[in-house]
Amino acid sequence: MERIPILRMGRLLLVTIQVDMHDRLAMALQEDLTNRIVKDRANGVLIDISALDIVDSFIGRMISDTAAMAKILDAKTVLVGMQPAVAITLVELGLTLEGVSTALNVELGMKMLEQPG
Amino acid sequence: MGNESFSARITSGDNSILPLKTDEDVVRLRKQVRDDLVALGFSLIEQTKMVTAASELARNTLRYGGGGEAHVSRRHDNDRTGVELRFIDNGPGIANLELAMTDGYTSGGGLGLGLSGAKRLADEFQIDTEPGKGTTVRIAKWKML
Repeated sequence: MERIPILRMGRLLLVTIQVDMHDRLAMALQEDLTNRIVKDRANGVLIDISALDIVDSFIGRMISDTAAMAKILDAKTVLVGMQPAVAITLVELGLTLEGVSTALNVELGMKMLEQPG
Repeated sequence: MGNESFSARITSGDNSILPLKTDEDVVRLRKQVRDDLVALGFSLIEQTKMVTAASELARNTLRYGGGGEAHVSRRHDNDRTGVELRFIDNGPGIANLELAMTDGYTSGGGLGLGLSGAKRLADEFQIDTEPGKGTTVRIAKWKML
């Protein structure tokens, strides 16, 4: 099955979602990320969604759940690159991604992850 | 993926009928809806809202309706253009529609935002359901001229 690649940079894991994800692919990413946090002893996860032109409730839930799982595994998650139209739609849909840290782009997201604590 | 997309789609004039049997079908539907909205000149925000609503309802058809089909049609009124989507399944139907339309209520482990969220994102929303006979949800979005 198709998988979304996860890159490691030091103790950070970096994911750029560039395909229109179906639900199984989203769940596979969640599983892969949690496994890699443990295997690579990662303390931060950066998820870049700048190429995603929609985030529906399923993908939104996958992202919040992943952030919650990462937190339990002692890793911080930052979501970066959300398009304005996606943000507007998400809030109208009723999804506010509470508990997920966000940054405007990869550079700012990396800075957040590099801060201690 | 990619080479089967034409076989599954029936097109006649301004209407397309797409099957909703697999996760991949949901992705194909999102693309079809996006293409129609772009062709009609909808703004990026309107496109995003309608494609997201389509994704929610297609997932419902698949997960709760046991699969079905989506009808995508372009609508032309006197002074406006729109896209109408119908999601049709022959699944168990919805016994308590009021409850199903409530934000946060789910019968199947989701977030419970599918129906209520899609209603907020579309301009028109209509649902016909009967226990044992299936569910049809119709939404439409209009572009003001």
